[in-house]
Amino acid sequence: MNFHAMKAIYVFEMARTFRTIVQSIVSPVISTCLYFVVFGTAIGSRIEQVDGVAYGSFIVPGLIMLSVLMQSLTNAAFGIYFPKFMGTMYELMSAPVSPFEAVIGYVGAAATKSLMIGLIILGTAHLFVPIQILHPVWMISFLILTCVSFAMFGFIIGIWAKNFEQLNLIPMLIITPLVFLGGSFYSIDMLPPVWQKISLFNPVVYLVSGFRWSFFGSADVAVAVSLGAVGGFMLLCLGVIWWIFKTGYRLKA
Amino acid sequence: MAFKNAAEQRSVCTILADPFPAPSAFLERSMAPILSIRNLRKSYDDGAEALKGISLDIEEGEVIALLGPNGAGKTTLISTICGLVRPTAGSVTVKGFDIIDDYREVRALIGLVPQEIMLESFQKVKDAFHHSRGLFNKPRDQARVDSLLKKLSLWDKRDSQNMTLSGGMRRRVMIGKALSHEPRILFLDEPTAGVDVELRKEMWDIVSELKNDGVTIILTTHYIEEAEAIAERVGVINGGELLLMEDKDTLMRKMGSKTLRIDLQESIEAIPAALAEYELTLEGGGETLLYTYDSTEERTGITRLLASVNTSGLRIRDVQTSQSSLEDIFVNLVRD
Ligand SMILES: Nc1ncnc2c1ncn2[C@@H]1O[C@H](COP(=O)(O)OP(=O)(O)OP(=O)(O)O)[C@@H](O)[C@H]1O
Ligand SMILES: [Mg+2]
Repeated sequence: MNFHAMKAIYVFEMARTFRTIVQSIVSPVISTCLYFVVFGTAIGSRIEQVDGVAYGSFIVPGLIMLSVLMQSLTNAAFGIYFPKFMGTMYELMSAPVSPFEAVIGYVGAAATKSLMIGLIILGTAHLFVPIQILHPVWMISFLILTCVSFAMFGFIIGIWAKNFEQLNLIPMLIITPLVFLGGSFYSIDMLPPVWQKISLFNPVVYLVSGFRWSFFGSADVAVAVSLGAVGGFMLLCLGVIWWIFKTGYRLKA
Repeated sequence: MAFKNAAEQRSVCTILADPFPAPSAFLERSMAPILSIRNLRKSYDDGAEALKGISLDIEEGEVIALLGPNGAGKTTLISTICGLVRPTAGSVTVKGFDIIDDYREVRALIGLVPQEIMLESFQKVKDAFHHSRGLFNKPRDQARVDSLLKKLSLWDKRDSQNMTLSGGMRRRVMIGKALSHEPRILFLDEPTAGVDVELRKEMWDIVSELKNDGVTIILTTHYIEEAEAIAERVGVINGGELLLMEDKDTLMRKMGSKTLRIDLQESIEAIPAALAEYELTLEGGGETLLYTYDSTEERTGITRLLASVNTSGLRIRDVQTSQSSLEDIFVNLVRD
Protein backbone atom coordinates (compact mmCIF):
# COMPACT_ATOMS: atom_id res chain seq x y z
CA MET A 1 0.00 0.00 0.00
CA ASN A 2 1.19 3.48 -0.87
CA PHE A 3 0.38 5.14 2.45
CA HIS A 4 2.45 8.21 1.74
CA ALA A 5 0.43 8.90 -1.40
CA MET A 6 -2.90 8.53 0.41
CA LYS A 7 -1.67 10.93 3.04
CA ALA A 8 -0.30 13.38 0.47
CA ILE A 9 -3.60 13.48 -1.42
CA TYR A 10 -5.63 13.76 1.77
CA VAL A 11 -3.47 16.54 3.19
CA PHE A 12 -3.54 18.44 -0.09
CA GLU A 13 -7.32 18.20 -0.36
CA MET A 14 -7.83 19.23 3.26
CA ALA A 15 -5.51 22.20 2.70
CA ARG A 16 -7.78 23.19 -0.17
CA THR A 17 -10.74 23.01 2.19
CA PHE A 18 -9.10 25.16 4.82
CA ARG A 19 -7.88 27.65 2.23
CA THR A 20 -11.50 28.24 1.28
CA ILE A 21 -12.78 27.83 4.80
CA VAL A 22 -15.31 30.63 4.47
CA GLN A 23 -17.09 29.17 1.44
CA SER A 24 -16.60 25.66 2.77
CA ILE A 25 -18.18 26.05 6.17
CA VAL A 26 -19.89 29.38 6.46
CA SER A 27 -22.15 29.15 3.45
CA PRO A 28 -23.80 25.82 4.34
CA VAL A 29 -24.25 27.03 7.90
CA ILE A 30 -25.89 30.25 6.77
CA SER A 31 -28.21 28.48 4.36
CA THR A 32 -29.19 26.03 7.10
CA CYS A 33 -29.99 28.91 9.42
CA LEU A 34 -32.22 30.34 6.69
CA TYR A 35 -34.03 27.01 6.37
CA PHE A 36 -34.66 27.05 10.10
CA VAL A 37 -35.94 30.59 10.03
CA VAL A 38 -38.26 29.91 7.10
CA PHE A 39 -39.35 26.28 7.59
CA GLY A 40 -38.68 25.73 11.25
CA THR A 41 -39.94 28.96 12.70
CA ALA A 42 -42.14 30.78 10.19
CA ILE A 43 -43.92 27.80 8.62
CA GLY A 44 -43.19 25.22 11.30
CA SER A 45 -45.08 27.19 13.95
CA ARG A 46 -48.27 26.52 11.97
CA ILE A 47 -47.58 22.84 11.40
CA GLU A 48 -48.53 20.22 13.93
CA GLN A 49 -46.13 17.63 15.11
CA VAL A 50 -44.93 15.02 12.65
CA ASP A 51 -44.62 11.49 14.02
CA GLY A 52 -44.80 12.96 17.50
CA VAL A 53 -41.88 15.31 16.90
CA ALA A 54 -42.11 19.10 16.71
CA TYR A 55 -41.74 20.15 13.05
CA GLY A 56 -38.71 22.33 13.79
CA SER A 57 -36.87 19.34 15.21
CA PHE A 58 -38.31 16.95 12.62
CA ILE A 59 -36.55 18.67 9.71
CA VAL A 60 -33.11 18.67 11.37
CA PRO A 61 -31.96 15.24 10.11
CA GLY A 62 -33.27 15.99 6.63
CA LEU A 63 -31.49 19.33 6.55
CA ILE A 64 -28.23 17.79 7.65
CA MET A 65 -28.58 15.09 4.98
CA LEU A 66 -29.34 17.71 2.36
CA SER A 67 -26.14 19.64 3.06
CA VAL A 68 -23.96 16.61 3.62
CA LEU A 69 -25.11 14.99 0.38
CA MET A 70 -24.51 18.08 -1.67
CA GLN A 71 -21.22 18.89 0.00
CA SER A 72 -19.81 15.39 -0.40
CA LEU A 73 -20.83 15.32 -4.00
CA THR A 74 -19.58 18.72 -5.11
CA ASN A 75 -16.44 18.68 -3.02
CA ALA A 76 -15.27 15.33 -4.35
CA ALA A 77 -16.35 16.20 -7.89
CA PHE A 78 -14.40 19.46 -7.89
CA GLY A 79 -11.46 17.85 -6.11
CA ILE A 80 -10.86 15.44 -8.97
CA TYR A 81 -12.19 17.60 -11.81
CA PHE A 82 -9.76 20.44 -11.22
CA PRO A 83 -6.52 18.48 -11.54
CA LYS A 84 -7.99 16.91 -14.64
CA PHE A 85 -8.98 20.28 -16.04
CA MET A 86 -5.68 21.97 -15.13
CA GLY A 87 -3.60 19.02 -16.27
CA THR A 88 -1.96 18.52 -12.88
CA MET A 89 -3.54 15.08 -12.86
CA TYR A 90 -0.52 13.87 -14.87
CA GLU A 91 1.40 13.45 -11.66
CA LEU A 92 -1.11 11.15 -10.01
CA MET A 93 -1.41 9.17 -13.24
CA SER A 94 2.35 8.69 -13.44
CA ALA A 95 2.75 7.83 -9.74
CA PRO A 96 2.67 4.33 -8.26
CA VAL A 97 -0.80 4.93 -6.83
CA SER A 98 -3.58 2.37 -7.13
CA PRO A 99 -7.20 3.38 -7.77
CA PHE A 100 -8.08 2.35 -4.27
CA GLU A 101 -5.41 4.58 -2.75
CA ALA A 102 -6.40 7.57 -4.86
CA VAL A 103 -10.02 7.11 -3.84
CA ILE A 104 -9.11 6.92 -0.16
CA GLY A 105 -7.24 10.20 -0.45
CA TYR A 106 -9.80 12.15 -2.47
CA VAL A 107 -12.98 10.61 -1.11
CA GLY A 108 -11.61 10.56 2.43
CA ALA A 109 -10.92 14.29 2.30
CA ALA A 110 -14.25 15.15 0.71
CA ALA A 111 -16.09 12.98 3.24
CA THR A 112 -14.18 14.50 6.15
CA LYS A 113 -15.16 17.96 5.05
CA SER A 114 -18.83 17.16 4.66
CA LEU A 115 -18.85 15.27 7.96
CA MET A 116 -17.49 18.39 9.63
CA ILE A 117 -20.16 20.48 7.95
CA GLY A 118 -22.85 17.99 9.01
CA LEU A 119 -21.77 18.20 12.63
CA ILE A 120 -21.56 21.99 12.51
CA ILE A 121 -25.09 22.15 11.14
CA LEU A 122 -26.23 19.83 13.89
CA GLY A 123 -24.68 22.20 16.41
CA THR A 124 -26.27 25.20 14.71
CA ALA A 125 -29.66 23.50 14.68
CA HIS A 126 -29.33 22.86 18.36
CA LEU A 127 -29.36 26.62 18.90
CA PHE A 128 -32.79 26.85 17.26
CA VAL A 129 -34.64 23.75 18.35
CA PRO A 130 -34.33 21.06 21.00
CA ILE A 131 -32.77 17.92 19.54
CA GLN A 132 -32.68 14.42 20.93
CA ILE A 133 -30.55 11.67 19.45
CA LEU A 134 -31.86 8.23 20.38
CA HIS A 135 -29.14 6.21 18.63
CA PRO A 136 -26.00 8.36 18.45
CA VAL A 137 -23.78 5.54 17.13
CA TRP A 138 -26.20 4.81 14.32
CA MET A 139 -26.53 8.50 13.68
CA ILE A 140 -22.78 8.87 13.16
CA SER A 141 -22.63 5.65 11.14
CA PHE A 142 -25.35 6.83 8.76
CA LEU A 143 -23.67 10.18 8.46
CA ILE A 144 -20.27 8.69 7.64
CA LEU A 145 -21.73 6.16 5.21
CA THR A 146 -23.56 8.93 3.40
CA CYS A 147 -20.50 11.18 3.31
CA VAL A 148 -18.34 8.42 1.90
CA SER A 149 -20.75 7.03 -0.65
CA PHE A 150 -21.76 10.41 -2.05
CA ALA A 151 -18.16 11.57 -2.12
CA MET A 152 -17.50 8.50 -4.28
CA PHE A 153 -20.42 9.43 -6.48
CA GLY A 154 -18.99 12.93 -6.73
CA PHE A 155 -15.59 11.49 -7.61
CA ILE A 156 -17.20 9.61 -10.50
CA ILE A 157 -19.00 12.74 -11.69
CA GLY A 158 -15.74 14.70 -11.53
CA ILE A 159 -14.02 12.16 -13.74
CA TRP A 160 -16.98 11.87 -16.10
CA ALA A 161 -17.49 15.62 -16.53
CA LYS A 162 -15.87 17.11 -19.61
CA ASN A 163 -16.70 20.70 -18.69
CA PHE A 164 -18.10 22.83 -15.91
CA GLU A 165 -21.66 22.55 -17.23
CA GLN A 166 -21.56 18.78 -16.88
CA LEU A 167 -19.95 19.15 -13.48
CA ASN A 168 -22.97 21.12 -12.28
CA LEU A 169 -25.52 19.14 -14.26
CA ILE A 170 -25.94 16.09 -12.04
CA PRO A 171 -26.03 17.90 -8.70
CA MET A 172 -28.57 20.41 -10.05
CA LEU A 173 -30.66 18.18 -12.26
CA ILE A 174 -30.74 14.95 -10.32
CA ILE A 175 -29.59 15.34 -6.75
CA THR A 176 -31.50 18.50 -5.83
CA PRO A 177 -34.91 17.12 -6.84
CA LEU A 178 -34.14 13.75 -5.26
CA VAL A 179 -33.19 15.44 -2.01
CA PHE A 180 -36.21 17.74 -1.94
CA LEU A 181 -38.53 14.85 -2.79
CA GLY A 182 -36.64 12.61 -0.41
CA GLY A 183 -38.64 13.45 2.69
CA SER A 184 -36.25 16.02 4.12
CA PHE A 185 -39.08 18.33 5.06
CA TYR A 186 -41.93 15.86 5.48
CA SER A 187 -42.76 12.31 6.30
CA ILE A 188 -43.47 10.07 3.33
CA ASP A 189 -46.88 9.10 4.67
CA MET A 190 -47.98 12.70 4.45
CA LEU A 191 -48.03 12.14 0.66
CA PRO A 192 -50.90 10.71 -1.42
CA PRO A 193 -50.57 6.88 -1.71
CA VAL A 194 -49.38 6.97 -5.34
CA TRP A 195 -46.55 9.34 -4.49
CA GLN A 196 -45.64 7.21 -1.50
CA LYS A 197 -45.06 4.32 -3.92
CA ILE A 198 -43.08 6.49 -6.32
CA SER A 199 -40.99 7.81 -3.45
CA LEU A 200 -39.73 4.32 -2.74
CA PHE A 201 -37.70 4.55 -5.97
CA ASN A 202 -35.88 7.56 -4.59
CA PRO A 203 -32.68 6.40 -2.87
CA VAL A 204 -32.52 9.56 -0.79
CA VAL A 205 -35.74 8.54 0.97
CA TYR A 206 -33.88 5.61 2.52
CA LEU A 207 -31.03 7.81 3.65
CA VAL A 208 -33.21 10.44 5.26
CA SER A 209 -35.49 7.84 6.78
CA GLY A 210 -32.67 5.87 8.34
CA PHE A 211 -30.95 9.00 9.54
CA ARG A 212 -34.15 10.36 11.07
CA TRP A 213 -34.74 7.04 12.78
CA SER A 214 -31.39 7.40 14.57
CA PHE A 215 -32.69 10.69 15.98
CA PHE A 216 -36.32 9.98 16.80
CA GLY A 217 -36.74 6.24 16.54
CA SER A 218 -39.42 6.45 13.86
CA ALA A 219 -38.82 5.76 10.17
CA ASP A 220 -40.62 5.67 6.82
CA VAL A 221 -38.88 2.47 5.82
CA ALA A 222 -37.21 -0.25 7.86
CA VAL A 223 -33.76 0.73 9.13
CA ALA A 224 -32.15 -2.42 7.75
CA VAL A 225 -33.47 -1.53 4.30
CA SER A 226 -32.03 1.98 4.66
CA LEU A 227 -28.69 0.61 5.68
CA GLY A 228 -28.71 -1.90 2.82
CA ALA A 229 -29.57 0.83 0.33
CA VAL A 230 -26.69 3.08 1.40
CA GLY A 231 -24.25 0.17 1.53
CA GLY A 232 -25.38 -1.05 -1.88
CA PHE A 233 -24.97 2.42 -3.35
CA MET A 234 -21.49 2.65 -1.93
CA LEU A 235 -20.46 -0.69 -3.40
CA LEU A 236 -21.88 0.33 -6.76
CA CYS A 237 -19.81 3.53 -6.73
CA LEU A 238 -16.72 1.59 -5.71
CA GLY A 239 -17.26 -0.78 -8.62
CA VAL A 240 -17.59 2.08 -11.09
CA ILE A 241 -14.44 3.73 -9.76
CA TRP A 242 -12.53 0.49 -10.06
CA TRP A 243 -13.67 0.22 -13.67
CA ILE A 244 -12.70 3.84 -14.38
CA PHE A 245 -9.14 3.31 -13.28
CA LYS A 246 -8.87 -0.08 -14.92
CA THR A 247 -9.94 1.24 -18.30
CA GLY A 248 -8.55 4.74 -17.87
CA TYR A 249 -11.99 6.10 -18.82
CA ARG A 250 -11.78 9.88 -19.37
CA LEU A 251 -8.38 9.77 -17.70
CA LYS A 252 -6.10 8.31 -20.34
CA ALA A 253 -5.97 9.13 -24.02
CA MET B 1 27.86 3.74 -21.18
CA ALA B 2 27.73 0.07 -20.63
CA PHE B 3 29.45 -0.98 -23.82
CA LYS B 4 32.77 -2.72 -23.66
CA ASN B 5 34.02 -1.68 -27.05
CA ALA B 6 33.16 0.16 -30.17
CA ALA B 7 32.20 -2.98 -32.06
CA GLU B 8 29.64 -3.90 -29.47
CA GLN B 9 28.38 -0.38 -29.43
CA ARG B 10 27.86 -0.49 -33.15
CA SER B 11 26.03 -3.77 -32.92
CA VAL B 12 23.48 -2.24 -30.56
CA CYS B 13 23.09 0.67 -32.87
CA THR B 14 22.24 -1.63 -35.74
CA ILE B 15 19.80 -3.52 -33.58
CA LEU B 16 18.07 -0.30 -32.81
CA ALA B 17 17.94 0.76 -36.39
CA ASP B 18 16.00 -2.43 -37.07
CA PRO B 19 12.47 -2.32 -35.67
CA PHE B 20 12.08 -6.11 -35.78
CA PRO B 21 15.42 -7.46 -34.67
CA ALA B 22 16.19 -11.16 -34.60
CA PRO B 23 16.13 -12.50 -31.04
CA SER B 24 19.70 -13.69 -31.27
CA ALA B 25 20.88 -10.16 -31.82
CA PHE B 26 19.95 -9.33 -28.25
CA LEU B 27 22.19 -11.98 -26.79
CA GLU B 28 25.22 -10.00 -27.90
CA ARG B 29 24.59 -7.36 -25.31
CA SER B 30 26.35 -7.66 -22.03
CA MET B 31 23.68 -6.01 -19.86
CA ALA B 32 19.91 -6.01 -19.75
CA PRO B 33 18.59 -2.60 -20.78
CA ILE B 34 16.87 -0.52 -18.11
CA LEU B 35 14.16 0.44 -20.58
CA SER B 36 12.99 -1.81 -23.34
CA ILE B 37 10.34 -0.78 -25.86
CA ARG B 38 8.96 -3.36 -28.29
CA ASN B 39 6.84 -2.55 -31.33
CA LEU B 40 4.98 0.12 -29.46
CA ARG B 41 1.94 1.43 -31.27
CA LYS B 42 -0.55 4.10 -30.36
CA SER B 43 -3.65 5.13 -32.25
CA TYR B 44 -5.67 7.89 -30.65
CA ASP B 45 -9.45 7.66 -30.55
CA ASP B 46 -9.75 9.91 -33.57
CA GLY B 47 -7.81 7.27 -35.53
CA ALA B 48 -4.55 9.20 -35.78
CA GLU B 49 -1.62 6.81 -35.50
CA ALA B 50 0.90 8.62 -33.33
CA LEU B 51 3.32 5.70 -32.84
CA LYS B 52 3.84 3.19 -35.61
CA GLY B 53 5.75 0.38 -33.98
CA ILE B 54 8.65 1.82 -32.05
CA SER B 55 11.36 -0.47 -30.68
CA LEU B 56 14.17 0.83 -28.56
CA ASP B 57 16.52 -0.31 -25.82
CA ILE B 58 18.09 2.08 -23.38
CA GLU B 59 20.92 1.17 -21.04
CA GLU B 60 21.12 2.34 -17.48
CA GLY B 61 22.88 5.68 -17.14
CA GLU B 62 22.51 6.74 -20.75
CA VAL B 63 21.49 10.22 -21.82
CA ILE B 64 19.25 10.00 -24.85
CA ALA B 65 17.93 12.88 -26.92
CA LEU B 66 14.88 12.42 -29.09
CA LEU B 67 14.59 14.84 -31.94
CA GLY B 68 11.60 15.26 -34.16
CA PRO B 69 9.36 17.91 -35.65
CA ASN B 70 6.03 18.95 -34.10
CA GLY B 71 3.58 16.09 -34.01
CA ALA B 72 6.30 13.46 -34.52
CA GLY B 73 5.10 11.41 -31.55
CA LYS B 74 7.74 12.28 -28.94
CA THR B 75 5.29 13.25 -26.22
CA THR B 76 3.07 10.28 -27.03
CA LEU B 77 6.03 7.95 -26.61
CA ILE B 78 6.99 9.41 -23.24
CA SER B 79 3.39 9.60 -22.03
CA THR B 80 2.83 5.96 -22.89
CA ILE B 81 5.86 4.84 -20.91
CA CYS B 82 4.80 6.97 -17.94
CA GLY B 83 1.24 5.68 -17.83
CA LEU B 84 -0.62 8.72 -19.17
CA VAL B 85 -1.51 7.15 -22.50
CA ARG B 86 -2.72 3.62 -23.08
CA PRO B 87 -0.68 1.78 -25.70
CA THR B 88 -2.62 0.24 -28.58
CA ALA B 89 -0.10 -2.55 -29.06
CA GLY B 90 3.41 -3.53 -28.11
CA SER B 91 5.12 -3.65 -24.76
CA VAL B 92 7.40 -1.60 -22.57
CA THR B 93 9.44 -2.94 -19.68
CA VAL B 94 11.49 -1.04 -17.15
CA LYS B 95 14.12 -3.10 -15.37
CA GLY B 96 12.13 -6.09 -16.54
CA PHE B 97 8.85 -4.82 -15.07
CA ASP B 98 5.90 -4.38 -17.40
CA ILE B 99 4.53 -0.83 -17.47
CA ILE B 100 0.96 -2.06 -17.11
CA ASP B 101 1.12 -5.23 -15.03
CA ASP B 102 3.85 -3.99 -12.68
CA TYR B 103 2.98 -0.30 -12.76
CA ARG B 104 4.00 0.28 -9.16
CA GLU B 105 7.56 -0.96 -9.62
CA VAL B 106 7.89 0.83 -12.94
CA ARG B 107 6.53 4.18 -11.85
CA ALA B 108 8.55 4.25 -8.65
CA LEU B 109 11.65 4.33 -10.88
CA ILE B 110 10.46 7.08 -13.19
CA GLY B 111 10.36 10.85 -12.94
CA LEU B 112 8.45 12.83 -15.56
CA VAL B 113 8.72 16.48 -16.52
CA PRO B 114 5.95 17.01 -19.06
CA GLN B 115 6.13 19.43 -21.94
CA GLU B 116 3.44 21.69 -20.51
CA ILE B 117 3.86 23.41 -17.20
CA MET B 118 1.04 22.20 -14.97
CA LEU B 119 1.10 23.23 -11.33
CA GLU B 120 -1.40 23.63 -8.53
CA SER B 121 -1.80 27.40 -8.47
CA PHE B 122 -2.24 27.82 -4.74
CA GLN B 123 0.32 25.29 -3.62
CA LYS B 124 3.57 26.57 -2.16
CA VAL B 125 6.75 25.50 -3.90
CA LYS B 126 8.07 23.49 -0.97
CA ASP B 127 4.70 21.83 -0.43
CA ALA B 128 4.64 20.85 -4.10
CA PHE B 129 7.96 19.04 -3.62
CA HIS B 130 6.79 17.27 -0.47
CA HIS B 131 3.52 16.33 -2.18
CA SER B 132 5.27 14.77 -5.17
CA ARG B 133 7.53 12.79 -2.89
CA GLY B 134 4.52 11.49 -1.02
CA LEU B 135 2.73 10.41 -4.19
CA PHE B 136 5.72 8.21 -4.99
CA ASN B 137 5.52 6.60 -1.56
CA LYS B 138 8.62 8.23 -0.13
CA PRO B 139 8.63 9.41 3.49
CA ARG B 140 8.90 13.11 4.17
CA ASP B 141 12.51 14.25 3.88
CA GLN B 142 13.04 17.90 4.70
CA ALA B 143 16.77 17.80 4.00
CA ARG B 144 16.30 16.34 0.55
CA VAL B 145 13.59 18.84 -0.38
CA ASP B 146 15.69 21.73 0.94
CA SER B 147 18.74 20.70 -1.06
CA LEU B 148 16.61 20.31 -4.18
CA LEU B 149 15.14 23.79 -3.64
CA LYS B 150 18.65 25.20 -3.39
CA LYS B 151 19.98 23.28 -6.35
CA LEU B 152 17.16 24.59 -8.53
CA SER B 153 17.60 28.16 -7.25
CA LEU B 154 14.12 28.09 -5.74
CA TRP B 155 15.19 28.50 -2.13
CA ASP B 156 14.06 32.13 -1.94
CA LYS B 157 10.73 31.17 -3.46
CA ARG B 158 10.01 28.14 -1.31
CA ASP B 159 7.11 29.83 0.49
CA SER B 160 5.64 31.40 -2.64
CA GLN B 161 2.57 29.99 -4.30
CA ASN B 162 3.24 28.45 -7.69
CA MET B 163 1.05 30.97 -9.48
CA THR B 164 3.27 33.85 -8.37
CA LEU B 165 6.35 32.42 -10.10
CA SER B 166 7.74 33.34 -13.48
CA GLY B 167 7.61 30.85 -16.33
CA GLY B 168 11.24 29.79 -15.90
CA MET B 169 10.78 29.28 -12.17
CA ARG B 170 7.67 27.21 -12.79
CA ARG B 171 9.68 24.99 -15.07
CA ARG B 172 12.22 24.55 -12.30
CA VAL B 173 9.40 23.57 -9.96
CA MET B 174 8.25 20.98 -12.50
CA ILE B 175 11.77 19.55 -12.60
CA GLY B 176 12.07 19.63 -8.81
CA LYS B 177 8.80 17.74 -8.44
CA ALA B 178 9.99 15.06 -10.83
CA LEU B 179 13.29 14.73 -8.94
CA SER B 180 11.80 14.83 -5.47
CA HIS B 181 11.32 11.07 -5.30
CA GLU B 182 14.82 10.27 -6.52
CA PRO B 183 13.91 8.59 -9.81
CA ARG B 184 16.35 6.33 -11.66
CA ILE B 185 14.96 7.29 -15.05
CA LEU B 186 14.07 10.86 -15.86
CA PHE B 187 11.94 11.93 -18.80
CA LEU B 188 12.31 15.54 -19.82
CA ASP B 189 9.83 16.54 -22.50
CA GLU B 190 11.28 19.66 -24.09
CA PRO B 191 12.79 20.91 -20.84
CA THR B 192 14.31 24.01 -22.39
CA ALA B 193 11.44 25.24 -24.52
CA GLY B 194 10.85 28.89 -23.70
CA VAL B 195 13.74 29.03 -21.30
CA ASP B 196 16.47 31.66 -21.29
CA VAL B 197 20.11 30.89 -22.08
CA GLU B 198 21.17 30.91 -18.45
CA LEU B 199 18.50 28.47 -17.34
CA ARG B 200 19.18 26.27 -20.32
CA LYS B 201 22.83 25.97 -19.32
CA GLU B 202 21.70 25.31 -15.75
CA MET B 203 19.46 22.50 -16.96
CA TRP B 204 22.33 20.99 -18.88
CA ASP B 205 24.37 21.07 -15.68
CA ILE B 206 21.56 19.38 -13.80
CA VAL B 207 21.39 16.71 -16.46
CA SER B 208 25.12 16.05 -16.28
CA GLU B 209 24.99 15.93 -12.49
CA LEU B 210 22.16 13.40 -12.63
CA LYS B 211 24.10 11.44 -15.18
CA ASN B 212 27.02 11.29 -12.78
CA ASP B 213 24.63 9.81 -10.22
CA GLY B 214 23.82 7.13 -12.77
CA VAL B 215 20.32 8.40 -13.61
CA THR B 216 19.11 7.46 -17.07
CA ILE B 217 17.82 10.51 -18.90
CA ILE B 218 15.58 10.66 -21.93
CA LEU B 219 14.84 14.12 -23.23
CA THR B 220 13.05 15.48 -26.23
CA THR B 221 14.11 18.67 -27.86
CA HIS B 222 13.84 20.75 -30.96
CA TYR B 223 17.25 22.25 -30.35
CA ILE B 224 19.91 20.24 -32.08
CA GLU B 225 22.68 21.94 -30.16
CA GLU B 226 21.05 20.65 -27.01
CA ALA B 227 21.20 17.06 -28.23
CA GLU B 228 24.75 17.69 -29.39
CA ALA B 229 25.74 19.17 -26.04
CA ILE B 230 24.33 16.65 -23.58
CA ALA B 231 23.19 13.45 -25.24
CA GLU B 232 25.18 10.29 -25.78
CA ARG B 233 22.73 8.81 -28.20
CA VAL B 234 20.39 10.62 -30.48
CA GLY B 235 17.11 9.35 -31.87
CA VAL B 236 15.12 10.95 -34.61
CA ILE B 237 11.37 10.43 -34.63
CA ASN B 238 9.11 11.49 -37.42
CA GLY B 239 5.55 10.48 -38.22
CA GLY B 240 5.47 8.05 -35.32
CA GLU B 241 8.51 6.13 -36.50
CA LEU B 242 11.97 5.98 -35.03
CA LEU B 243 13.97 6.85 -38.10
CA LEU B 244 17.27 6.48 -36.38
CA MET B 245 18.86 5.91 -33.01
CA GLU B 246 22.58 6.12 -32.87
CA ASP B 247 25.53 6.99 -30.77
CA LYS B 248 25.97 10.71 -31.25
CA ASP B 249 29.59 10.59 -32.39
CA THR B 250 28.98 7.62 -34.67
CA LEU B 251 26.06 9.45 -36.10
CA MET B 252 28.07 12.55 -36.75
CA ARG B 253 30.82 10.52 -38.31
CA LYS B 254 28.57 8.27 -40.30
CA MET B 255 26.11 10.77 -41.58
CA GLY B 256 28.36 13.77 -41.42
CA SER B 257 29.36 15.27 -44.69
CA LYS B 258 32.15 17.79 -44.73
CA THR B 259 32.48 20.94 -46.66
CA LEU B 260 35.75 22.10 -48.22
CA ARG B 261 35.89 25.84 -48.60
CA ILE B 262 38.38 27.28 -51.07
CA ASP B 263 38.95 31.02 -50.92
CA LEU B 264 40.39 32.44 -54.12
CA GLN B 265 42.84 35.29 -54.64
CA GLU B 266 40.63 36.88 -57.32
CA SER B 267 36.91 36.57 -57.72
CA ILE B 268 35.57 34.73 -60.74
CA GLU B 269 32.36 35.12 -62.73
CA ALA B 270 31.59 31.45 -63.17
CA ILE B 271 33.02 28.09 -62.31
CA PRO B 272 35.62 27.17 -64.95
CA ALA B 273 34.65 24.35 -67.30
CA ALA B 274 37.64 22.34 -66.07
CA LEU B 275 35.96 22.07 -62.65
CA ALA B 276 32.46 21.29 -63.90
CA GLU B 277 32.63 17.63 -62.85
CA TYR B 278 32.96 18.49 -59.12
CA GLU B 279 29.51 19.99 -58.33
CA LEU B 280 31.00 23.07 -56.77
CA THR B 281 29.05 26.08 -55.64
CA LEU B 282 30.33 29.60 -56.00
CA GLU B 283 29.81 31.95 -53.10
CA GLY B 284 31.03 35.14 -51.49
CA GLY B 285 30.78 37.23 -54.64
CA GLY B 286 32.79 34.73 -56.65
CA GLU B 287 35.65 34.52 -54.18
CA THR B 288 34.75 31.21 -52.57
CA LEU B 289 34.26 27.71 -53.91
CA LEU B 290 32.40 25.16 -51.77
CA TYR B 291 32.88 21.43 -52.19
CA THR B 292 30.76 19.00 -50.15
CA TYR B 293 32.07 15.49 -49.69
CA ASP B 294 31.55 12.45 -47.52
CA SER B 295 34.43 12.27 -45.07
CA THR B 296 33.83 8.57 -44.42
CA GLU B 297 34.45 7.60 -48.07
CA GLU B 298 37.73 6.09 -49.17
CA ARG B 299 38.15 8.65 -51.86
CA THR B 300 37.02 12.09 -50.97
CA GLY B 301 38.26 13.60 -54.19
CA ILE B 302 40.04 16.43 -52.45
CA THR B 303 43.47 15.80 -53.92
CA ARG B 304 42.11 15.63 -57.42
CA LEU B 305 40.00 18.71 -56.92
CA LEU B 306 42.88 20.76 -55.59
CA ALA B 307 45.04 19.64 -58.47
CA SER B 308 42.30 20.59 -60.93
CA VAL B 309 41.90 23.98 -59.31
CA ASN B 310 45.61 24.48 -59.70
CA THR B 311 45.73 23.51 -63.35
CA SER B 312 42.70 25.65 -64.15
CA GLY B 313 44.83 28.64 -63.25
CA LEU B 314 42.92 29.74 -60.16
CA ARG B 315 45.07 30.89 -57.29
CA ILE B 316 44.13 29.73 -53.81
CA ARG B 317 44.22 32.13 -50.86
CA ASP B 318 42.93 29.81 -48.11
CA VAL B 319 41.42 26.36 -47.60
CA GLN B 320 39.07 25.26 -44.77
CA THR B 321 37.00 22.23 -44.00
CA SER B 322 33.98 22.08 -41.71
CA GLN B 323 31.98 19.18 -40.27
CA SER B 324 28.24 19.31 -40.78
CA SER B 325 26.22 19.56 -37.59
CA LEU B 326 23.50 17.31 -36.28
CA GLU B 327 21.16 19.95 -37.52
CA ASP B 328 22.09 19.23 -41.12
CA ILE B 329 21.69 15.51 -40.50
CA PHE B 330 18.32 16.05 -38.91
CA VAL B 331 17.05 18.28 -41.67
CA ASN B 332 18.21 15.74 -44.26
CA LEU B 333 16.47 12.87 -42.49
CA VAL B 334 13.17 14.56 -41.87
CA ARG B 335 13.03 16.02 -45.35
CA ASP B 336 13.26 12.61 -47.03
N1 LIG C 1 -4.80 13.36 -26.93
C1 LIG C 1 -4.67 13.23 -28.25
N2 LIG C 1 -5.74 12.89 -29.00
C2 LIG C 1 -5.62 12.74 -30.33
N3 LIG C 1 -4.48 12.91 -31.02
C3 LIG C 1 -3.38 13.24 -30.32
C4 LIG C 1 -3.42 13.43 -28.91
N4 LIG C 1 -2.18 13.76 -28.48
C5 LIG C 1 -1.40 13.78 -29.59
N5 LIG C 1 -2.12 13.47 -30.70
C6 LIG C 1 -1.60 13.38 -32.07
O1 LIG C 1 -0.52 12.46 -32.07
C7 LIG C 1 0.54 12.93 -32.89
C8 LIG C 1 1.82 13.00 -32.08
O2 LIG C 1 1.70 13.99 -31.08
P1 LIG C 1 2.81 14.25 -29.99
O3 LIG C 1 2.26 15.20 -29.01
O4 LIG C 1 3.28 12.94 -29.49
O5 LIG C 1 3.95 14.95 -30.84
P2 LIG C 1 5.32 15.58 -30.37
O6 LIG C 1 6.39 14.88 -31.12
O7 LIG C 1 5.42 15.59 -28.91
O8 LIG C 1 5.18 17.06 -30.92
P3 LIG C 1 5.69 18.45 -30.31
O9 LIG C 1 7.11 18.61 -30.72
O10 LIG C 1 4.82 19.44 -30.98
O11 LIG C 1 5.50 18.40 -28.84
C9 LIG C 1 0.08 14.27 -33.43
O12 LIG C 1 -0.42 14.04 -34.73
C10 LIG C 1 -1.03 14.69 -32.53
O13 LIG C 1 -1.99 15.43 -33.22
MG1 LIG D 1 5.55 17.01 -27.50
